[in-house]
Amino acid sequence: MTFLFSAFVLTLLVVTALAIVRTGNLFVAIMLTGIFSLLMAVIFFLLDAPDVALTEATIGAGISTVLFLGALALTGEHERTGSTNRPLALVVVIATALIVIYATFDKPRFGDPQAPVQQHVAPWYLEHTPESIDIPNSVTAVLGSFRGYDTLGEVFVVFTAGIGVLILLGSAPAMRSGKDRTRPVRSSEGLRHYLIPRVVGRFLIPVILLFGLYVQFHGDYGPGGGFQAGALIAAAFILYALLEGKEQALAVLPRQVLTALMVGGALLYGGVGVASMLLGGNFLDYSVLTSNPITGQHIGLLLIEVGVGATVMGVLLSVFHAFAARGGHEKC
Amino acid sequence: MVNWSQHLPVLQVIIPMLCAPLVALLQPRSFAWFAATATSLFAFVIAIMITTGVFAGQDYSYNMGSWPAPYGIELGVDAFSAILLLIVTGASALALLAGRSSLDTDIETDRQPFFYAAWLLALAGMSGILVSADAFNIFVFMEISALASYVLVASGGDRRALPAVFKYLIMGTIGATFYLIGIGLIYLMTGTLNLADMELRIHEVADQKPILVAAGFITIGLALKAAVFPLHMWLPNTYTYAPTIVTVFLAACSTKVSLYLLLRFDFFVFQPNLVNHDIQFSYYLMPLAVLAILIASAVALFEQNLKRMLAYSSVAQIGYIMLGASLVSLTGLTAGIVHMFNHALAKGTLFLAVACLATRIPEFRLSDVSGAARDMPWTMGAFVVGGLSLIGIPGTAGFISKWYLISAALGEGIIGIALVAVIVVSSLMALAYIWRVIEIAYFRTPKNSAVTLREAPPVLLAATWTAALANIYFGLVPSLPVSLSSSAAETLMRHVP
Amino acid sequence: MLMELLRLYHYWVFAMLLMIGFYAVVAKPNLIKKLIGLSLFQAAVFLLYITMGKVDGGTAPIFQPGLVNQVFSNPLPQVLILTAIVVGISTMALGLGIVVRIKEEYGSTEEDVIQEINRRW
Repeated sequence: MTFLFSAFVLTLLVVTALAIVRTGNLFVAIMLTGIFSLLMAVIFFLLDAPDVALTEATIGAGISTVLFLGALALTGEHERTGSTNRPLALVVVIATALIVIYATFDKPRFGDPQAPVQQHVAPWYLEHTPESIDIPNSVTAVLGSFRGYDTLGEVFVVFTAGIGVLILLGSAPAMRSGKDRTRPVRSSEGLRHYLIPRVVGRFLIPVILLFGLYVQFHGDYGPGGGFQAGALIAAAFILYALLEGKEQALAVLPRQVLTALMVGGALLYGGVGVASMLLGGNFLDYSVLTSNPITGQHIGLLLIEVGVGATVMGVLLSVFHAFAARGGHEKC
Repeated sequence: MVNWSQHLPVLQVIIPMLCAPLVALLQPRSFAWFAATATSLFAFVIAIMITTGVFAGQDYSYNMGSWPAPYGIELGVDAFSAILLLIVTGASALALLAGRSSLDTDIETDRQPFFYAAWLLALAGMSGILVSADAFNIFVFMEISALASYVLVASGGDRRALPAVFKYLIMGTIGATFYLIGIGLIYLMTGTLNLADMELRIHEVADQKPILVAAGFITIGLALKAAVFPLHMWLPNTYTYAPTIVTVFLAACSTKVSLYLLLRFDFFVFQPNLVNHDIQFSYYLMPLAVLAILIASAVALFEQNLKRMLAYSSVAQIGYIMLGASLVSLTGLTAGIVHMFNHALAKGTLFLAVACLATRIPEFRLSDVSGAARDMPWTMGAFVVGGLSLIGIPGTAGFISKWYLISAALGEGIIGIALVAVIVVSSLMALAYIWRVIEIAYFRTPKNSAVTLREAPPVLLAATWTAALANIYFGLVPSLPVSLSSSAAETLMRHVP
Repeated sequence: MLMELLRLYHYWVFAMLLMIGFYAVVAKPNLIKKLIGLSLFQAAVFLLYITMGKVDGGTAPIFQPGLVNQVFSNPLPQVLILTAIVVGISTMALGLGIVVRIKEEYGSTEEDVIQEINRRW
């Protein structure tokens, strides 16, 4: 049963990918990309990776689609058909694929519990999660503590992207939005005049927010954590902006607050690391935060997850508003 | 009491990294510049402390979060990373010190705090790659430095920078993703991500196809990021249209960090384990290096834009570094690594001189600089010193690396003589393209001789001359880069069977 | 046997997605299409990692109270891919920002049109 279902979804994945590349309408391509991400999330779930599935669904299918559409509203959805340097592309691509296939000739032993990939490091994590960190979700343990430095780096990748989009798009239309405030423009009212989306949306937003908070603070026990929560909460505010207009959304969460979230989250994470250094441990060694190492780990994980969530949410919303503000008067 | 010296590797990364968000908040823009420069100088001091520690034989391995090595993330510093740390932090500090007036014209005022934050993130990302001993952690920091570099390049006013940076982003991401595929395949076969652990465990599976494929993906991915010929397409336009001070920083270090990684992977992980890997490494890389040197120098010879000419010259110089490494010998590697250092000095000086010119001349066509030496003698003087170093005239830093490269090549018999010929020919080409600039700047009359250009701002000029004098100093007293490089080369060669 | 085939099929899908995404990046002249291709290309790599972490008969690596001797899939590739997904969206956001600026400056998002404008300029 699982076999058939997995094979079916995988095939669908390839078909979707082909359709994405073949279509000449970028709007269709982006919608298909959303479907692609959802299918991918299903496969991740079937492969025992609920954390990754949740992330792919919120970030890949949700946020990424919104950002692409935001950009598309500014650039136009029609693509000139045809391909440039096609022979070169085909040669490069087929060569790459052949090399990748060549690697399977030596039986990489997927799924085999005795394969090298399942030995060595992985069992150590599973063994030490209960005894050194004492939370049920070992993915959160590895992400936050055993490999917490990677996650710190990742928060700064997100932060860099946020800064980059603000440099690229942030400053120019500042004057325009200043004018908007005195003379509200009709187009920025979102879907205020459409009853059904508003009613449904009004109902959805608190649910998404609650779910986001649950995911944020339940990451130790089940799938979830700062990234997914940040993306979910950002999605709730984006929905709000779509329904009520971006001006209204900015009134609820002004740009300065978003920047503060972005900066504050990154600094909170880094600050936990520095604090553990000052208390005599190595960087990001949460055990020294309190006298009891396991409580220290819990506190450390809680703080860094909040930092991650704040930065992800701040950056995603800043990026969304940066795109939305460029739209000027004709698009929401 | 905290023992700070033991924390040096992590401080090297987190000081610029954690200062970046603070700088982004600093509102009066002069504060942002000041904070970024101070941070950068501090990072340079840390790099110097680490280097002295490395000379004293101190072990810098550091377990992140106190988790033991293959399970947690490990940091480590040896002579090879130390010399690159000196280049990266030094270039960043000097470029920032020099660049204030130049950046004020290139970057809009209200974008400046974000710009300096991105600069610090680029610095932190590169330092993070250099001190890390964990393959996946390197990927994360590679992405920090890459994204920050895209931001730096795109933040200037020139619209032609935008398509250039888009290409850079696409190729950089493909390179990073290839690297990720390679790491994944190695992890699949060994179950570890720690580089030292990888070297040990890869041995049992070294003859298996996934490892060979991984070696291919990692090499190609990193070569793409390092702009190794023929994967250099993103480099010329990026360097040409970026704000000049950003070009100074990137030209001095970004490709070198990728080269560092390429060499580290090849020598630490693949050379000791893959059969005949040294020969394959030479067979593939040596012809590419020779082609890079000859073709890119030839393109530079006919290029009409000053910055793009220097950018193509960089592609050729990357060829020299690869040539040294492809000999897979102690002297060859020493030559390659010394050249990383010396090329950073020479190209840094040249681009700083271009930044001086840029304060007075809007465009960089060669004809625009005609007669510039009359009004800007100091600027052109520094350009000449940098140029001589690039060519490899005795008494400059460039001569040292050419000297080591030639003596390494001569150790290789018949091929060596051909390689020496290549080096000599390309040095003559470098002489020709540098001379073209000198001839135009010194002996042509200015286009508009009525207007007198003012000399560049004193701070910028002072920094440019600091770099120029460093070229001469390290040409006369090369002991620091040479001893670091030869000890780095020894570390690398120790892994070759 | 059937499971083994399924795992190999996962790997082949990885190879196919890699091909499709890479083709779009190299061959499509539209900049947004290139970015979409890039996201497919990265998604392929996510699939590779998650596939290699799966243990047959295993469950998600989350301890459940009261159960002992559970077989877990490997948590490490999942952690790495969580990181990689977020890195991917960051790159994408920045890329889209650049595309929007290109459209504003050049009035087009087709690579060859932009090249043509730059050449004439």
